Amino acid sequence: MTRKAVALISGGLDSLLAAKVIQQQGVHVEGINFFTGFCVEGHTHAIRKKDKAKPKRNNALWVAEQLGIKLHIVDIVEEYKDVVINPKHGYGANLNPCLDCKIFMVQKAHEWLQQKGFDFIITGEVIGQRPMSQRKETMPIISNESGADDILLRPLCAQNLPATKPELEGWVKREELHGFSGRSRKPQMALAKQFGFEDYAQPAGGCCFLTDENYSVKLQDLWSNRGEKKYDLDDIMLLKVGRHIRPDKAYKIIIAREEGENRFMSGYKKQFQSIKTISHAGPLALIEGEELNAEQVKLACAIVARFSKGKNEEQVELTYSKAGGEPETIHVKALQSSEIPQNWYLV
Amino acid sequence: MNIEIDASRLLCPMPVIRLQDAINESKIGDIVKITCTDPGVKNDIPAWCNINKHIILSIEEQDYQIIICVRKENND
Repeated sequence: MTRKAVALISGGLDSLLAAKVIQQQGVHVEGINFFTGFCVEGHTHAIRKKDKAKPKRNNALWVAEQLGIKLHIVDIVEEYKDVVINPKHGYGANLNPCLDCKIFMVQKAHEWLQQKGFDFIITGEVIGQRPMSQRKETMPIISNESGADDILLRPLCAQNLPATKPELEGWVKREELHGFSGRSRKPQMALAKQFGFEDYAQPAGGCCFLTDENYSVKLQDLWSNRGEKKYDLDDIMLLKVGRHIRPDKAYKIIIAREEGENRFMSGYKKQFQSIKTISHAGPLALIEGEELNAEQVKLACAIVARFSKGKNEEQVELTYSKAGGEPETIHVKALQSSEIPQNWYLV
Repeated sequence: MNIEIDASRLLCPMPVIRLQDAINESKIGDIVKITCTDPGVKNDIPAWCNINKHIILSIEEQDYQIIICVRKENND
């Protein structure tokens, strides 16, 4: 009887190798990938021209293609909010709830496995690879709290851990699994070479914006100024783009930094107040927060004008629009750099 | 039956998830037409169709929009 495993596929090298190791033992493997809203993908980078060299592919799909397996992409944006807002095991260096995140994803994979009649779960975890979630002490916590218990197999470090059900039942051979540990990537790179994988995603800064210090500062600012830890998908997408300036607790200005961001942010004009430079080349800006009064509109326009080609002119013409509303023409002189306090800039 | 999805403004992998959901709810032979603005879908939707054995009928670009038609080939 062919056993069936579901592999958590992040798109990185470790999950690719873990799935391949099990495939090689004759197990039917399918992948599962979770979309939290905080995922760092080639496409998010691709909004900006400076990142055009980065591949636009979705790495999880690419990994599935390399392995020749099905990939089930699951939208967990809503359910994931509780993980981000109330992590039982706390945050890492930034707002990254890595241990709770891993537990949650394994738990979701376990639920999927039960519905689909699969036998066990595979992850690419390696003991000592990550300071918060991938330690010897956290491995049993993830197995227990996710409910997966002994059907959670980590093929890359299994030999350093107690045998799991797939090993004890003979579904996989323990001696053909691995005993990797520590932060070195050399064993993984050697195994990748052995399998003939050359073009895998490089591990650089993780796959989640919550591990990014600048992103976390902006998310914390959002929560602080709303007075509650809440967000929706548009909020967290817009934290990924633009220059964020907060002149007042009541509102924040998000200013596009280039054409790609202008285009992306223009899709939000129906939901957000917006400012556009008319007389000179300049960025689109969105206003997040309360509806501005006349004085605030003038200040916001003067700030946006600062980032236009008219920044040194006596007057710049802009339009201010309420969410989905008609544009209203505004004339201002751009603020000078020294007139914008540094603490208005969010990172 | 033809199904149309507007995935404009959505970034990866949301357009793929929208397509996946539509395919899961449709019948073999149904055609799903998805409109996107993220250029990455030109790679991702063919990749998703490749691993799930569905057929891409067309990929058209109009201004900043990418319109892809997919035919459902199986219920797996």
